[in-house]
Amino acid sequence: MSFLKLYFRSPPAVIGLLLLILVLAMAVSADWLYPRDPLALAGRPLIWPFSNPRFLLGTDNSGRDIAAQIFHGARISLLIGLVATLISVGIGITIGSVAGYYGDWVDTALMRVTEAFQTLPNFILLLVLVAVFGSTITTVTVAIGIVSWPASARLTRAEFLSLRNREFVQAGRTLGLRDARLIFGEILPNALPPVIVYASVVMAIAILLESALAFLKLSDPNVASWGNLIGAGRDVLRVQWYVSAIPGVAILVTVLAVSLVGQGLNDALNPRLKGR
Amino acid sequence: MRILTLAGRRLAASIPTLLLILIGVFVLLQFAPGDTVDALMAQMGGGDAETARQLRQYYGLDVSAWAQLGNYLWRLVRLDLGFSAIYGKPVATVIAERLPATILLMTASLSLAFFFGLIFGVIAARGVNRWPDTLISTLGLVFYAMPTFWFGLMAIVVFSIYLQWLPAGGFEDITVARTGFARTLDIASHLVLPTLTLGLFYMAIYLRIMRGSMLEVLTLDFVRTARAKGMDETRVVVRHVLRNALLPMVTLIGLQAGTMLGGSVVVESVFSLPGLGRLAYESVIQRDLNTLLGIVFVSALLVITVNFIVDLLYARLDPRITTGS
Amino acid sequence: MSAILTLDAVSVSLPRNADRPHAMSEVSLSLSANEILCVVGESGSGKSMTANAVMRLLPPGVAIDGGRILFEGRDLAGLTEPQMRKVRGAGIAMIFQEPMTALNPLITIGDQIGEMFQLHTDLGKAQIRDKVQALLEEVRIPDPVAAAKAYPHELSGGQRQRAMIAMALALDPRVLIADEPTTALDVTTQAQILELIRDLQKRKGTAVLFITHDFGVVAEIADRVAVMSQGRVVEQGTAEEILGNPQHAYTKQLIAAVPPLKAPPPRELSTEPILTIEHVSKTYRTGGFLGRGQRVTHAVKDVSLVLPRGATLGIVGESGSGKSTLARCLVRLIDPESGAIRIGGTDIASLSKSELRAETRHIQMVFQDPFASLNPRRKAGDAVAQGLVVHGTPRAEALARARELFALVGLDPSAIDRYPHEFSGGQRQRIGLARALALEPRVLVADEPVSALDVSVQAQVLKLLADLRARLGLSIVFITHDLRVAAQVCDLVAVMKNGEVVEAGPIGQVFGAPQHAYTQALLASIPGRGFGLRMADS
Repeated sequence: MSFLKLYFRSPPAVIGLLLLILVLAMAVSADWLYPRDPLALAGRPLIWPFSNPRFLLGTDNSGRDIAAQIFHGARISLLIGLVATLISVGIGITIGSVAGYYGDWVDTALMRVTEAFQTLPNFILLLVLVAVFGSTITTVTVAIGIVSWPASARLTRAEFLSLRNREFVQAGRTLGLRDARLIFGEILPNALPPVIVYASVVMAIAILLESALAFLKLSDPNVASWGNLIGAGRDVLRVQWYVSAIPGVAILVTVLAVSLVGQGLNDALNPRLKGR
Repeated sequence: MRILTLAGRRLAASIPTLLLILIGVFVLLQFAPGDTVDALMAQMGGGDAETARQLRQYYGLDVSAWAQLGNYLWRLVRLDLGFSAIYGKPVATVIAERLPATILLMTASLSLAFFFGLIFGVIAARGVNRWPDTLISTLGLVFYAMPTFWFGLMAIVVFSIYLQWLPAGGFEDITVARTGFARTLDIASHLVLPTLTLGLFYMAIYLRIMRGSMLEVLTLDFVRTARAKGMDETRVVVRHVLRNALLPMVTLIGLQAGTMLGGSVVVESVFSLPGLGRLAYESVIQRDLNTLLGIVFVSALLVITVNFIVDLLYARLDPRITTGS
Repeated sequence: MSAILTLDAVSVSLPRNADRPHAMSEVSLSLSANEILCVVGESGSGKSMTANAVMRLLPPGVAIDGGRILFEGRDLAGLTEPQMRKVRGAGIAMIFQEPMTALNPLITIGDQIGEMFQLHTDLGKAQIRDKVQALLEEVRIPDPVAAAKAYPHELSGGQRQRAMIAMALALDPRVLIADEPTTALDVTTQAQILELIRDLQKRKGTAVLFITHDFGVVAEIADRVAVMSQGRVVEQGTAEEILGNPQHAYTKQLIAAVPPLKAPPPRELSTEPILTIEHVSKTYRTGGFLGRGQRVTHAVKDVSLVLPRGATLGIVGESGSGKSTLARCLVRLIDPESGAIRIGGTDIASLSKSELRAETRHIQMVFQDPFASLNPRRKAGDAVAQGLVVHGTPRAEALARARELFALVGLDPSAIDRYPHEFSGGQRQRIGLARALALEPRVLVADEPVSALDVSVQAQVLKLLADLRARLGLSIVFITHDLRVAAQVCDLVAVMKNGEVVEAGPIGQVFGAPQHAYTQALLASIPGRGFGLRMADS
C-alpha cells in the first residue's frame, strides 16, 4: 500500500494534518489580515473577546489586538520550531552517525559530550546561553537547537550501531567503498526515517521551550510571541484570564498538530507496528 | 554486591561528565557581557573604577580566566561553591535554602507521573484501539502538547481564584506560624498545583512509553509460552509482561531527570516557589554568575544521583545486568 | 490404536490483506498415543500454523473457520477460552523453536517450570520445588539444583531447550507439540535433544506432533510423516513409506533436494595454491579494567590452510567455532592479529586501509542472509554495478556488465531496475553472487550462502554455484555448518572447534574415515545419517 494511503487511513493523523494546515494558514495570512504591527497600540486595553467586532479576541493589558498577536505569533512559533529543529537534528545526525560508525574511542568521547548535555538540565543551559548571548530571536532559536540535540544523536547512533554490521554494509566494504560513501550512501538513507519521525518531537519541544522562555520574559520582546502574551496576561490573571488563556490554546493546538503528524508518519512508515 | 560495584563504576564514570559540564559552562560564562561586579555595582547604583577594581580583587576576578577556573575547581574539591555577591551569602547556603522545595516538587511529580503513567499505560495497552485506549491516548497527547506554565496559570484561575480550594503560590503560608503536622499539611496544599502541573506532562510521556512497551512485550515469544501453559491474560500481563515492559520506563526516568529539573524552573516561577529553578532564573536576571555556576553544579549532581538510583533499580529488575553475559 | 488428537478438515483463514485466503485448507491429521508424527514442509507451508491452531494460539486476525479438532473426544475449536486454558499445558503442551526468547529473561528457570503446577494443581511451594527438581533431573540438565535458580541467559541453548522440555512435560500431557525444537541448535546439541525427546516419549507414552523442515530430523525421529505444502497436506504415511517411496511429486522433489551425506568422487586438484592462510589468529578481549579481570576469547587460533586454484575449501564447525570470524578475516572485515593471508604475491593481512580498497577486488564475499545482504534502498543492478564503479568503470558500462551478470546467475537481465524487496530469498542470493563476481575475484568466500534458504531453493543455488565453478574456474572458500552441504560442494574440508582447525584434508577422506574425535562426534550427530544415500546410489 502506498505511503499516503497508509497515512490517510488514520483519523488522528488526518486531524493533525488539518490542524497543522490551519496554523500554517494563520502564519501565511497574518500580514494580509493584520497588516499593522501586532505589538502596536490598537485600542482600549482589556476588551473581552467577542464583545467588540473590531477586536474579535479582545485586547491585552497594553491595548494590543490579541487576534493579531495570535496570527503573527503562529509565524514566530513555526519559524523558531522549524529552524531550531533543523539545527538540533543536524547536530544530532552528525554526532550520532560519526559516533555510531567509528565506535571505539570516538564513540566514547562523543557520548561523554552527549551525556554532559543530558546531565545538565536543558532549560538551565538555555537560561545560561540566553544570559550570555542575549535574547534576540536568532540567538534564542540557535540556543534551543543547541540544547535539544542529544536525543536525536542517541537515536541516530543506535540506528548506525545496528546497521553498520549489517551484511549489505560489509558487502560495500569488501567492494572497496570509502567510509564517506558507506556512511552517506549505504547507512544514512536507512537510518534516517526514524530520525525524521523523531524530528516532530524535537519541533514540539522547541515550540514549548521558546514559549516558556518568552513567558519568563527572556525571549525576544520585539516579536509577537505567544509566550510573551501569556507572560503579559499573567499580571491580569485574576479577572482577565483570557489574555493568557487564548495564546495557550494556540500553542496547544500547534504542538498537538505537530505531534499527531509525527505519529501518523511513524505509523505509516512502520505499518506492522500500527497502533503502538 | 555486584550491583553496587556496577553502580559505583557508573558513578565514577560520571565524574568526567561533571568536569566537562563545569568547564564548559565556566568558559561559556566568560563570554557574558559584564561580570558579577558590574551587576553588583549596578545594584548599588554605580561606583568609581577604583571600587570596581577592589571588588574584582576581592572576588578573585582580577586574574586570568584559566586561573579563575583553576581556583574554582580547587575550591569545589573542598566543597566551597564561592560567595554570592547579590545575596551576600555563600552560594552553598543560598542553594541549600532553595533545595528542599525543588526536591519535594521533583519527587512528588515523578511519583505522580510514574504511578499514573504506569497504570494508564497498562489500561491503554490492554484495550488497544478500543475506547479506553483512545481516551487515554488522546488525553495523554493533550497533556503533552500543553505548555506547563500555561496549565499552571489556568489551574490557578480555576482552583485558586474561582473555587478558592488551593493557594495560588508560595511554599507555605508565612502569615501564620505553624509547626508539625499542620505545617506539613500546609506545605502539601501549596504543592498540589505545582506537582500536577509538572507531573501531568511527564505522565503523558510515561504512559505513551508504557503503552508502547507493553504492546512490544506482548508480541514476544515467552508470552506465547505463558499462554501455552494455560495462563489467563491477566496473569500473563501481571507475571510476565509488566516487569519486562517496565524496563524502558525506568531507563527513561534517568534520561529525563535533567529535563524535569529544567521544567521546575518554569513551574517554580509560576507558583513563586522558592526552589532551585527559580533561583536559576533570578541569578540569570541579576547576573549572579557565581550562583548560576553553583546551580549548574548542584543540578548536575542531582541528575547524577537520580541516575545512580535508576541504575540500582534497573539492576534489581533485570538479572542480566548483574550476572551479565 | 485409537487417535488422541484428530484434525478433521481444519481450515484457518488469514486476514483479508494477506497474500492468500487460507493458512490451512482442510487439513486432516490424526495422532495416536506413543507415536511421533512429523509434519514437514517448507516455509509458508502452514506447518507451524497447524501447531498454533491446535493450541488455539493464533495471531490476531487469523481464525479457525472450518473443521474440528478432536482431543480426547472434545472439539477444541468449540471450547470457551477458560475451558481451553485447562487443556493448554495440562492436556497438550508445547515447546518452541527459539529457547532463548521462549523463556522469560527476568524469571528463574525453576519458577517458570513451577508455574505449570501453580496453574493446574493445588501443590504447595515445597512440593512444587521438589517436582521441579525431579523434572530437571529427568531431562538430564547438568547440575539441576543450580539450573533451577538460574536465569535463562545463564544457560546454554541446549540447556534452555531441556528446561523447556521439562516445563512442557511437567504435568504428563497426553500430547506434546514440538515446533522446530532443534532448528536453532548446533548439530551435536540437536542430536542430544532429539534423543531426549524420543526417550521421554517412549517412557511416558506421550503422543508427539513434531513440526520440522528438515528431512534428516524426520528420518531420525518420525514414526509417521505428513508433508504439507501451501496449507494442505499433500501426502501422509509411515516414515518408511514417505521417505523410501514417496508418491506425491512435491514430496519426491523435496526429498531429492536433500543432499546425501557422501562426497561425490574426488576431482583432480591443481597443485598451485591461490590462497594461503598462515598462522592467522584473532582474539577478543571483553570486560576488565586496566587489564585486570579481562576475559580473552580465542576466536581464531593459529589457523593455517591452503586453497589450490580452482578448488573449493569447506570450513565446517558449530556456532562459536570461529569459522565466520576466519571468513571475515580473509576479506579483512575483521583485522587478524597475527599471521598472513596471501593471494598471489600480496599479504592481505598486512595491507593498509587504502591499499586494501584496491586489492579487495581479488577476494570477494557472498553473505548468509539474503534479506540483510542487500541495501533495501538501492536497485539490484546498482548493487551489482557498484563495485565496478568504485574501481573506475564508467557507470553505463558497469550497468551493462550487471545485465550480463544477471543472466549469468540465472536472473532476468531486465530486473536490474527492481528493488531487493521485489525478489525472493533465492533470487536475492543470486544477486549477492552476481555482486561478488562482478569484480572477477580470484577467490570467492561464501559464508553460509544457502543456510537461510528452503531446501529446494538451496538445491538450486548449490547447483548454480557448481555450474559457475565449472565455467569460470572459481576458487571458493565455503563456510557452512551443514555437513550434508559441505559433502556435496567441497573438495577439501577443514573442521573447526573453539577457533582451531582440528582436522583438515580431502573431503572423502575426512568424512569417510574421520581421525579426530570431534569430527567423529560431529558426523555421528547428523540426523538421519543414512537417509538420502540409497537415492544417491540408485
